[in-house]
Amino acid sequence: MSQFAINLIFVGGSFLLYILIAVWAKAGSTSDFYVAGGGVHPITNGAAIGADWMSAASFISMAGLIAAGGYANSTFLMGWTGGYVLLAMLLAPYLRKFGKFTVPEFIGDRFYSRNARLVAVLCLIVASVTYVIGQMAGAGVAFSRFLEVDATTGLIIAAVVVFIYAVLGGMKGITYTQVAQYCVLIIAYTIPAIFIAIELTGNPIPPLAMFSEHTQSGLPVLDKLNQVITDLGFGSYTADVSNKLNMVLFTLSLMIGTAGLPHVIIRFFTVPKVADARWSAGWALVFIALLYLTAPAVASMARLNLMTTIYPEGTAAEPIEYDQRPQWIQEWEVTGLITYEDKNGDGRIQYYNDANADFADEAESRGWAGNEFSYNRDILVLANPEIANLPGWVIGLIAAGGLAAALSTAAGLLLAISSAISHDLIKGAINPGISEKGELLAARISMAVAIAVATYLGANPPGFAAQVVALAFGIAAASLFPALMMGIFSKRVNNVGAISGMLAGLSFTLVYIFVYKGWLFIPGTANLPDNAANWVLGISPLSIGAVGALVNFIVAFVVSNATEEPPVEIQELVESVRYPRGAGKAVDH
Amino acid sequence: MSDASSNAVLYWKANLRLILGCLIVWALVSYGFAILLRPLLAGIPVGGTDLGFWFAQQGSILTFIALIFFYAWRMNKLDQQFGLAEEE
Repeated sequence: MSQFAINLIFVGGSFLLYILIAVWAKAGSTSDFYVAGGGVHPITNGAAIGADWMSAASFISMAGLIAAGGYANSTFLMGWTGGYVLLAMLLAPYLRKFGKFTVPEFIGDRFYSRNARLVAVLCLIVASVTYVIGQMAGAGVAFSRFLEVDATTGLIIAAVVVFIYAVLGGMKGITYTQVAQYCVLIIAYTIPAIFIAIELTGNPIPPLAMFSEHTQSGLPVLDKLNQVITDLGFGSYTADVSNKLNMVLFTLSLMIGTAGLPHVIIRFFTVPKVADARWSAGWALVFIALLYLTAPAVASMARLNLMTTIYPEGTAAEPIEYDQRPQWIQEWEVTGLITYEDKNGDGRIQYYNDANADFADEAESRGWAGNEFSYNRDILVLANPEIANLPGWVIGLIAAGGLAAALSTAAGLLLAISSAISHDLIKGAINPGISEKGELLAARISMAVAIAVATYLGANPPGFAAQVVALAFGIAAASLFPALMMGIFSKRVNNVGAISGMLAGLSFTLVYIFVYKGWLFIPGTANLPDNAANWVLGISPLSIGAVGALVNFIVAFVVSNATEEPPVEIQELVESVRYPRGAGKAVDH
Repeated sequence: MSDASSNAVLYWKANLRLILGCLIVWALVSYGFAILLRPLLAGIPVGGTDLGFWFAQQGSILTFIALIFFYAWRMNKLDQQFGLAEEE
């Protein structure tokens, strides 16, 4: 059977499963559509949050970035897990006690202002749409390779599938499909990692294998890797970074953003009790950690495998001939995500760091005329089983897993966007008298529109999937998280303070991002080149969200203290959110 | 101040203390051991690299899980202790 047929069976089979579950759990009332009837067990909910959370960025993109950056890109690992500590302690239980459907609804009620609610809707849409662009970019890479179609066709197929189950199923459909998706994606991620761990070290547990001995050389895996890559002029994998400020701020942005992303917070409304909201956060992190502890192992081992594929006789010998290159390189070349240019005309693949001035002499003495091989970081996880020569079904499995990750998150985000529009914007502001049926219809239409916009923007993403997603986190960190946290932990912050804080945080962060990444991410509109020499104090646009959050907090406190205290009933509301007694089910107005 | 409200105030203070303690550990393993204090841990070898690298790629994640379960367990007990738990 051809690899194409195997991929089709795995991808098609998993899609069929999701769609069947979505139809089986077809939503009835409005409350079912948004929060699955409020009756989801913490462990089930944890797995659903895991699938919702782990997107194309975690599955497809992250290990590739860690492989390329080594220690410096550990920020993704800590940032995307550490946020759950903030969620569990600072937001989830209180928002569950508050018991409404959406994040803007809490902000609108707590800050007794329809404008606050609308500003929250704006922040939510900007963050979520940026996030969906990253998902669509990841899904495009996966489809273009495994279904052997071009990226645009891949995007359209993805959009149709998301539309079907997100629109028909609502949250309940999504909760159970997401549990299924979690199972598919975690199996798909760990099985190739286990095979590779056994091949390289004999230890079948990937997180332990990366710190074990490389069987072939007798050195620890990381030592061997460092040796191979520094021989070719690349930076050491485990070396410390000099710009610690940027690393701290980037990690912090990802953590705060995690806690401020509405599609994750909305999940905590679906557990029966406040106590369960706390457990849910813990279970979610357990499920997430299974992938996040495997990712750094995949990163280091895949990088080592890639180097030994190109330099099979060691780095002192010449690399392989282009004509002898393995099948997987040929197939990825078709997508344009791997490129080769024979600069010195010897027919071999000289892959090294030609930007390293210290290595230039050695390269010249070996007759090398520049680096000849480059690959898109987003392909590393998908190509990983092929690089390690694993059987065809493992490759089919990873295709299904990558798509599960991208589509589950896209669906969760679309639900958050559609509920913000139908529930907060239309019902909350434009037409309060709208019927339940009309509200559902509006939710479905806004989902369809959001899918169309995201698909369109996903064709030209402003970076690798994980980087686009990191920008979305920065935006959420700077806008929503501070408002939510102050709404619970301060009785003094008032309507004017919260609104000015959110607007200040959001605009500060967006301007800083757009200056380097292009206005509205439109290519060619950036004012400054996006590199460390141009960043203010060495802070990258990916890290600015943490500073934006600080701006938000400061503005909100200063403005609140200069204006009136919130009314007594609001102070009582804040009190009541703090104590679990009397929570009841999530309710509508 | 009535008994009910002083009870609630004590509960909230206990919660804030617990959160503060947990967040200190949270910051210590990630921003501390994994980033800022990594040079201090450089002498402790872990499979081909040092302890700071291990905290950055695995140790901090494991600590985060332990922290959340510890917090959930303590808080659910405090809810009962102060009589503020949700009705069954």
